[in-house]
Amino acid sequence: MSQQVDDIQPSYPLFREQEYKDNLTNKREMYEERHPQEKIDEVFNWTTTQEYQELNFNREALTVNPAKACQPLGAVLCSLGFEKTLPYVHGSQGCVAYFRTYFNRHFKEPIACVSDSMTEDAAVFGGQKNMFDGLENAKAMYKPEMIAVSTTCMAEVIGDDLNAFIGNAKKAGHVPEEYPTPFAHTPSFVGSHTTGWDNMFEGIARYFTLNHMEDKEVGSNGKINIVPGFETYLGNYRVMHRMLKEMGVSYSFLCDPTEVLDTPADGQFRMYAGGTTIDEVKDAPNATDTLLLQPWQLVKTKKFVKNTWKQPATDMNIPMGLEWTDEFLMKVSELTGQPIPESLEVERGRLVDMITDSHAWLHGKKFGLYGDADFVMGMSKFLLELGAEPIHVLCNHANKRWKKAMEKILADSPYGANSEVHIGKDLWHFRSLMFTNKPDFMIGNSYGKFIQRDTLYKGKEHEVPLIRIGFPIFDRHHMHRDTTLGYEGAMYMLRMLVNSVLERLDDDTRGMGTTDYNYDLIR
Amino acid sequence: MTLRQCAIYGKGGIGKSTTTQNLVAGLAEAGKKVMIVGCDPKADSTRLILHSKAQETIMHLAAEAGSVEDLELEDVLKTGYAEIKCVESGGPEPGVGCAGRGVITAINFLEEEGAYEEDLDFVFYDVLGDVVCGGFAMPIRENKAQEIYIVVSGEMMAMYAANNISKGIVKYATSGGVRLAGLICNSRNTDREDELIEALAAKLGTQMIHFVPRDNVVQRAEIRRMTCIEYDPSAKQSDEYRALANKIIENTNLVIPEPLTMDELEELLMEFGIMDEEDESIVGQTASEEA
Repeated sequence: MSQQVDDIQPSYPLFREQEYKDNLTNKREMYEERHPQEKIDEVFNWTTTQEYQELNFNREALTVNPAKACQPLGAVLCSLGFEKTLPYVHGSQGCVAYFRTYFNRHFKEPIACVSDSMTEDAAVFGGQKNMFDGLENAKAMYKPEMIAVSTTCMAEVIGDDLNAFIGNAKKAGHVPEEYPTPFAHTPSFVGSHTTGWDNMFEGIARYFTLNHMEDKEVGSNGKINIVPGFETYLGNYRVMHRMLKEMGVSYSFLCDPTEVLDTPADGQFRMYAGGTTIDEVKDAPNATDTLLLQPWQLVKTKKFVKNTWKQPATDMNIPMGLEWTDEFLMKVSELTGQPIPESLEVERGRLVDMITDSHAWLHGKKFGLYGDADFVMGMSKFLLELGAEPIHVLCNHANKRWKKAMEKILADSPYGANSEVHIGKDLWHFRSLMFTNKPDFMIGNSYGKFIQRDTLYKGKEHEVPLIRIGFPIFDRHHMHRDTTLGYEGAMYMLRMLVNSVLERLDDDTRGMGTTDYNYDLIR
Repeated sequence: MTLRQCAIYGKGGIGKSTTTQNLVAGLAEAGKKVMIVGCDPKADSTRLILHSKAQETIMHLAAEAGSVEDLELEDVLKTGYAEIKCVESGGPEPGVGCAGRGVITAINFLEEEGAYEEDLDFVFYDVLGDVVCGGFAMPIRENKAQEIYIVVSGEMMAMYAANNISKGIVKYATSGGVRLAGLICNSRNTDREDELIEALAAKLGTQMIHFVPRDNVVQRAEIRRMTCIEYDPSAKQSDEYRALANKIIENTNLVIPEPLTMDELEELLMEFGIMDEEDESIVGQTASEEA
């Protein structure tokens, strides 16, 4: 209609033109049987009340925006972190399309991942035939050096046996006997994406080491192992490499997808790039210890490291913020005998300097945050270090033990006195909290933007701006390249937090002759 | 006459398939147009009608063709004795896949392809012994079988199974039109078997629709992959199946069953001497303790 080929307008601002306004109004009035605006507002306002929150928190049968994803998504990310490895999902195609688009949208990169396209007859007869053809085709087409197999709901409900199917595929000659095919059962209806990451990692560790432990000796290779868990900040892999190198520590990073998730546009397509080598995995039991960067999500891995590799799997917290990064570096130093170098001490000093520079703006600021168990805990800890108050702390997939540990951390700080911890709750619960006990900001993934819109609808003074830290972030570019771990990560997050506060203050004080007495050049 | 859909349930090995095919032969002989839908991966629900070892099943043919969408109705629907239409859902080998899903897929396929729109008086679903998951309840979901017949004999486990199936029917009956239409006693020649099953039927709130006596002619016919009625129309047993068929044609006694509690069922069994009174004092005692 009003579009012109040399001036194509997107939906905004196009739909604000009179022609479209009339069109939409007409459609609404004639076909949509829409309730009157007063009624909609009445219901909207009711959903912002304490009364509604109580009903909402007593909700039994429904999840609205769960703030977690499913197991095979995590398994795919884990598989991408190994050299020339093709993630292979035994199950239906649509699931794999979802995993690929989810990562596409976050990383802005192509994601290699295949399914063996189970359809109706496979659901009835079992998916062995799909496995046979799938493994053979995937290997021939995409020439991976390892295929890491996980499962979707369908295969799990009918009880497909990966061990037997893959074994039979090898016996029947579809792929060679010695071809690496680690696997993990990852039912989507159990746990979350972090469970799937844990399962897949344990599957890979098991495949390459379980039956080869006789010549292994803890500490014999003089290394430590680092296991990242479901980690989508590429800077976090890089900062770990940097810190360990600066310490002069010999280490293996077990699972590192930084290269394949950040390939350059130089005219060459890389289906595989970088990643942990199979040799490093095979050598992993010879390390002094294995450190799990996100311990709350790596339960199965930890058990395997302790029971099979016979390593201590030293307890630690996610190395996020000041104190827990200190703790991590000291632990590495203790395990390896390498001192913490001056460069890291200087970096720490700079972080402390930044914290003191900004503390006046962050002190007492209230935050609501949601996301994965380890991230939420590390972020809360960092907020407390800044003198900020994490008043709503929500993690859907965390367990009661996590809740207790989280409450202990909050109780140990004066800034945690007004905090509440929620597990098994979703973003619709979180939305209620944003109205009834409004924080200054919320911290989480892109899905929070709809809560921000809702709070703004109630009135500017109710708006809770979203600070995007987490996964997925679909609506901002390149944030996945940033860092949230180590002193460097703390600097990044501090910058995000304090500048969000200042941006907001500028927004509030930009009113000429009304609020601009506080529209200051210097903050 | 409107289409009547009936499902036959009962303990495994009780003679569901044999009874179904024989009674369907009786219906066909009486001029009724009937279709049998076998809902059991064993695919032995139509062999006596088709004189075949085992009919090629929907799921088997779908796997060969690539998908269910690639199948035509005439590929799976066979016609046998007295124009009886036969179809087998089929399913996986033991230990793999999902047999219940196979039943769902097959019945959906029959519906989509219009198998029920043909000129039919009766559809009989012959369902695997134990209703272990939702798939095997497919025949009694909305718009499918409204009448359920349970094949039973005067044995303890057969009666337990009948009672359990009744519990399953209650679940579906409250939301839909499915009803228990009667117990078919397939005799094992136990004492007072007819009285026992009649008593059970009364407690369930239904009827024993027919008592089918034991007769070796059924086995002789079966060896020849035939129903009794086809093999020897003049046999006394053939009349029994005809009688059962007629009773089903006339049957209007459709009820929501009232399943028995375990205690009630055991009481009934004790009353008929099938089960001994339990001696509570010996529960949990090892041989050495008793000595």
